[in-house]
Amino acid sequence: MKRVIGVLGLALAIGLSGQADAQTLKTVRDRGSLVCGVSQGLPGFSNPDDKGNWTGLDVDFCRAIAAAIFNDPTKVKFTPLAAKDRFEPLRSGEIDVLSRNTTWTSSRDAVFNFVGVVYYDGQGFMVRKALKVNSALELNGASVCAQSGTTTELNLADYFRANNMKYEIVAFGTADETIKAYESGRCDAFTTDVSQLYSEKLKLSNANDHVILPEVISKEPLGPVVRQGDDQWFDVVKWVLFGMLNAEELGVSSKTIDEALKSKQPEIRRMLGLDGTHGEQLGLPRDWVVRIVRHVGNYGEIFERNVGTSSRLGISRGLNRLWTKGGIQYAPPIR
Amino acid sequence: MTKTAFYNNPRFRSAFYQLLVLAAVIWFGIEFAINARANLEAQNVRFGFRFLNDPASFGISQTLISYSEQDTYTRVFLVGLLNTLLVSVIGIIFATILGFFIGLARLSPNWLLARLAGGYVELIRNLPLLFQILFWYVAVLLAMPSPRQSLGVGLQPLFLAAADGFAYLQYFGMPESIAQWWRGLAEWIGPPAVYINNRGLIMPRAIFGEGSGIVVAAFALAIFAIIGLRSWARRRQDATGKLFPVLWTSLVLLIGLPVLAALAVGAPVSFEAPELRGFNFVGGTRVIPEFTALLVALTTYTAAFIAEVVRAGVLAVPKGQTEAAMALGLRRNTTLRLVVIPQAMRVIIPPLTNQYLNLTKNSTLAVAIGYPDLVAVFAGTTLNQTHQAIEIIAITMAVYLAISLITSMAMNLYNARIRLSERV
Repeated sequence: MKRVIGVLGLALAIGLSGQADAQTLKTVRDRGSLVCGVSQGLPGFSNPDDKGNWTGLDVDFCRAIAAAIFNDPTKVKFTPLAAKDRFEPLRSGEIDVLSRNTTWTSSRDAVFNFVGVVYYDGQGFMVRKALKVNSALELNGASVCAQSGTTTELNLADYFRANNMKYEIVAFGTADETIKAYESGRCDAFTTDVSQLYSEKLKLSNANDHVILPEVISKEPLGPVVRQGDDQWFDVVKWVLFGMLNAEELGVSSKTIDEALKSKQPEIRRMLGLDGTHGEQLGLPRDWVVRIVRHVGNYGEIFERNVGTSSRLGISRGLNRLWTKGGIQYAPPIR
Repeated sequence: MTKTAFYNNPRFRSAFYQLLVLAAVIWFGIEFAINARANLEAQNVRFGFRFLNDPASFGISQTLISYSEQDTYTRVFLVGLLNTLLVSVIGIIFATILGFFIGLARLSPNWLLARLAGGYVELIRNLPLLFQILFWYVAVLLAMPSPRQSLGVGLQPLFLAAADGFAYLQYFGMPESIAQWWRGLAEWIGPPAVYINNRGLIMPRAIFGEGSGIVVAAFALAIFAIIGLRSWARRRQDATGKLFPVLWTSLVLLIGLPVLAALAVGAPVSFEAPELRGFNFVGGTRVIPEFTALLVALTTYTAAFIAEVVRAGVLAVPKGQTEAAMALGLRRNTTLRLVVIPQAMRVIIPPLTNQYLNLTKNSTLAVAIGYPDLVAVFAGTTLNQTHQAIEIIAITMAVYLAISLITSMAMNLYNARIRLSERV
């Protein structure tokens, strides 16, 4: 009896204090897979296909981390999370990284670490064409459907107050419930990040009856999030993103990777780990960019495949073009 | 006699193990607190309740007290709590009425009624509640027209329909003036004040002007008068056996007194009629469809369980009681009301309390359909924005615990009052 209690107490104590140590990279390696928090289904960003495979921009980012660590993009377990429940699993160590179209804000950054921006977004509105509304400024008195626990609710309140307009917000627990309520006529407008508007529009039975209004009412830099207090893991995830961006900038894609490995250009050689030990310094293997690009692709490839003009969403790259092409996507150099 | 070692003494052993378990529990609690604190500090979250004074800056669709985005999280908490209490209290009242009706119907000698009630219970209690809530929400939303095609509830739409009917009859020789007359009447009566659409049920709002305190006082007076009347009627019946129509007199008092008072001081209560402007109705007051759907789902679901509780209670009353009452010449209704139900209540009350607690706790499923209850706005949005998980969850748990304990206490008091008083 006494021994049973003793063992039980010890187990609980270990279970509870296990999270205090901050060696996510080691934990991930020992476990043999990455646990990645994603959305519950947002086409283009994180969405299971008809065979149950996760696809999307946020999903590919997790696959890139797995590729960099294990040289195998399939070693990821995806945990779908509702917007309002997404942070606690990260805090408690249930997931290693949150890659779930999450807006980088000061209050969130105070508690977590944002590794960068995978998608520069902004909040917009979708309405029925039949309402004949051409601008968000004509929405005075409207009922607006939004997902609860998002920056969306706050931006909405700010925007309507700044423009001296009245509104009614109806906030739902999940994205699916929100779009369903909008579709059944509960609200005049549906609001979320513009990229999500395009994505959710695909779920409507008559997508052509709806229109996305031109106003973008907020800055929504979406990026992956990790826990605070683990600098090594923060660096690893950060440089997976920068590696993908640098690869696109230097013209290295999944199709050209084999030629690139023969390149004599010093920048490319450093990036691909042919010269120097830049990967090891970060806690990654030397050829981490090679692994990412070969298995998943560079940033441009991932963008085009999931949300770009050739995908179902058909979003033009806009702000998300590289800085060399007129956008604001920019990664520090590898050296 | 051999002396047993102290560690073989059963009393010592029992105390030792109990102390050990107690120590383990306390140690576990302390360890948890220390750990949580260390982990939170490592993640830069400061433990405390100061966040409650920060502005919430998000909107809420149903607020029983005034609320704006500049208000604090404390206000959000109150708004959510009141919304939870509103749906719970109204749900409990309706579920009790419906549950009693169905429970008794299931025992009815009327074959069809009993089978219908049985079918209702089996269908409703065997389907998941979340599914039922979503069903009612979608059913409510899809059945209702958009704001611009709102259903007006009132005489004008009725008269206009009549006018249309008579206008159609013109082809069969009906004079045109009759349709005109109906149309004129509709014009004269004015637009309806109550509308139904997929944004909810929109009604005029009462605005209490000067002197409306007298109306409220009259209402309170009516309630006291009814209580007095009831006890007088009972005493008279006990003494003389004469019945007095308490229900009808009460209704007259309840409505008549405030109306008389209002007329006496010159109608201080005015009504603000809703008016369609832009996307929605402006003015008036509104019952949101989320509330309706949640209330209907909680009521029908809990009523199915209450019906079974009531049935069990009634069946627990020995058949001899009914037979004795019948033999005395009481009618079936009277037998049920005066003999069976009072005895059944002793069996019904404890499990009924459980159902009330369940209904209150089940109301947290509101978040699925966007009803802003305590869990949705406080343990949901507020938690997500402030990251003060431990504090918020602790407060929310304390609130539900308090609501449950208060409900239990009230029901226990009632139970004690109606308990069988045995002769000594």
